[in-house]
Amino acid sequence: MKNISKKFGKVQVLKNAELHVKHKEIHALVGENGAGKSTLMKILTGIYTRDSGKVIINGKEEEFSSIKDSEKRGIAFIHQELNVLNNISVVENMFLGKEMKNKFGLLDKKKMENLAREKLSLLGLDVHPNTLISEISVGESQLVEIAKALLMDAQLIIMDEPTAALTDKEMDVLFNIIRDLRDKGVSFIYISHRLEEIINLCDEITVMRDGTFIEQRSVSGITIDDIVSLMVGYDIDDRFPRVEVPVGEVILSVEGLTKKGKFEDVNFKLHKGEILGFSGLMGAGRTDIMHAIFGSVPFDSGTIYINQEKVNIKSPIVAKKLGIGFITEDRKNEGLILQNSVADNMVLPSIKEFTSNKFIQKKKITEVTKEYIEMLNIRTPNQDIQVNNLSGGNQQKIVIAKWLLTKPKILILDEPTRGVDVGAKKEIYQIVNELKKQGVSIIFVSSELPELLGICDRIAVMHEGKIKKIFGRNEATQEKIMEYATGGGK
Amino acid sequence: MLQEVENKVDRFSRILNKFGTIIILFLLILAITMINPNFLEMNNLLNILQQVSINGLVALGMTFVILTGGIDLSVGAILGLTGMILGLMILGGIPEAVAIIVVLGLGAILGFTNGIFISKLKLQPFIVTLATMAMFRGITLIISDGIPAMNVTQNAPILDFFSQGKIFGIPFPSIIFVIAFLTLMILLQNTVFGRGVYAIGGNEEVARLSTVPTNRVKTMVYVISGITSALAGIILTSRLSSAQPTAGQSYEMDAIAAVVIGGTSLAGGRGRIFGTFIGVLIIGVINNGLNIIGVSAFYQQFIKGLIILLAVILDRKSNK
Repeated sequence: MKNISKKFGKVQVLKNAELHVKHKEIHALVGENGAGKSTLMKILTGIYTRDSGKVIINGKEEEFSSIKDSEKRGIAFIHQELNVLNNISVVENMFLGKEMKNKFGLLDKKKMENLAREKLSLLGLDVHPNTLISEISVGESQLVEIAKALLMDAQLIIMDEPTAALTDKEMDVLFNIIRDLRDKGVSFIYISHRLEEIINLCDEITVMRDGTFIEQRSVSGITIDDIVSLMVGYDIDDRFPRVEVPVGEVILSVEGLTKKGKFEDVNFKLHKGEILGFSGLMGAGRTDIMHAIFGSVPFDSGTIYINQEKVNIKSPIVAKKLGIGFITEDRKNEGLILQNSVADNMVLPSIKEFTSNKFIQKKKITEVTKEYIEMLNIRTPNQDIQVNNLSGGNQQKIVIAKWLLTKPKILILDEPTRGVDVGAKKEIYQIVNELKKQGVSIIFVSSELPELLGICDRIAVMHEGKIKKIFGRNEATQEKIMEYATGGGK
Repeated sequence: MLQEVENKVDRFSRILNKFGTIIILFLLILAITMINPNFLEMNNLLNILQQVSINGLVALGMTFVILTGGIDLSVGAILGLTGMILGLMILGGIPEAVAIIVVLGLGAILGFTNGIFISKLKLQPFIVTLATMAMFRGITLIISDGIPAMNVTQNAPILDFFSQGKIFGIPFPSIIFVIAFLTLMILLQNTVFGRGVYAIGGNEEVARLSTVPTNRVKTMVYVISGITSALAGIILTSRLSSAQPTAGQSYEMDAIAAVVIGGTSLAGGRGRIFGTFIGVLIIGVINNGLNIIGVSAFYQQFIKGLIILLAVILDRKSNK
């Protein structure tokens, strides 16, 4: 792709973007949110048309006007939100829109099933083609999408944040399959925010910033810091800022918390002004515990104390009254009402603070939300914009603002930096640190070890529903945490 | 140049979005008046306002329900049941004021029943209200034995006022409708409860995790819908001076139509009660105006359907 430019209305989203992918290559495409990666991919696959520039495939200039066009030329696009339907089977998904018919014009189920089985086994995926998608894991669904790509002889597979919802084990499986396919002649464009895995997996890297091509390099010899400074355009000297605060008294203590099939005998204490990290693989029960503490999902047994007092948190409403705030991991389905404005979202839990005599004071809402937009450096034209127009990082800051407005004493953050670009990540760490300084106690759940090691005072490591170990900051290392998270350690 | 045109189209569609329903109402009035100028006479306009008050009240309650992403199919049955009980109570010699209060309370209880099934038991609003619609209608037939209660307003001055009364020349039902509209608009736009209604329609899980009392709010919207339906039942019984066991049948359709024409999304979370007010007027103007210019009732049905489609298409466009 050469000199690609694209405007949406007045906004120039791409300006002379370039991307050169060779045969048998896993090519990473990185950049902050809004750098133009998605737009470039949508132009490549014919979803958008370009204003200028050239798309050349195997030496031939191409003009795709729809996704069908690009699929015919062997390009497959696997989106972050998987494009599979849960209510139908694996084989039906693979052949959706390209069903094979027999001579009577009826579906040739045998033939489709056999072809599906062939492609699935190529990926080492051991599921029956007639299994419903709802019965297999996210990781397996993703492999079904790859199988679907193989079905149409894809020469180039684009993967957008493929590992966001995968367990570490599934990730390893996926990486091996990608490498294997590369060796068999398939090229990949690999988009991810997780720079560690890019270094681990990819051969070449292209960095984009503000809609333009910045640099293309070989991955060997490059460091995360190199990539980050290319992405943001300046050196990020200190990825994990840190503040020191004397540890206060115990504010929250959890004893013997149990929910069958989710977590078991969970015990921990949280101090005033402390950041307690929670590490573990996907499905280890971290998020379930947080929902239990917040009262949004009931638990079976165990006791929660706040300021040494036994509490019965039977709903989020009670949790808020006790000073607990919860920034959930699933921003789109649990954190924000996407079609509503920035202001409406921000004041939702604290709306009663904005009333006088039961009537809502819109002026006060405007004033306060403006203040928070400025304070948290949220990039939005104004407080009345729908939140789905904003980038992931800015959306996340709105969720944070929403809970800051309730003046929490305990703030739970579940994967607060997922899908957030590097600059905004650092800003989120700074907000968390500022809260810590003010004496707020923080639970920080994350799958990114460097970030946990960077900002937490203590780190609890979970495995299959149990806390296996709570590390002090100085004793924790990535290796030790992984050991306990995978069921090792003693 | 192209940019300028784009901007203009953009601005035009934004205006259409904001005032789309009002423009449709205006065009309708204009078209009908051109054919028959009598349409615009004060008497006829007041007549329309009176005619729309029953559907209007039902549609106001329905707006709350639809904003939460629900639907209330039982409104017509509630209207029929409350109207019948009112008639029977009056004929049984119960004081009018008491009967009216009892019937409004009954509307609230019927709505509450819907609400509890939908919020606490997490059943689908469509199914629940489809079932209660049949049940409420059944109760009406059982207690009346299928026979209308006749001559209800003969010795009932208050009910008679509901039917014939005027304040400053404006029919009393219209005044009730407008007062209900203003009250409910304030409730929706300016209270914590109203915020909850929009939040639930936008995304119920987000609302719950943001400490909105989702069950209570969801129950309340069906209570509101029950009360407005009962109020409509009182007016209908008064106007006919009789309670028909089949009164209110398929009224839910006109109410839903008014809400949708008014720009409220059936998916919930988006819409305004002012839109419903205009939607109700549009339906009223179609019914009345087409009569005045002598269009047959069969065509009226067709045109009403066409306008619903048009409104939804407009809504769809402006959401993009």
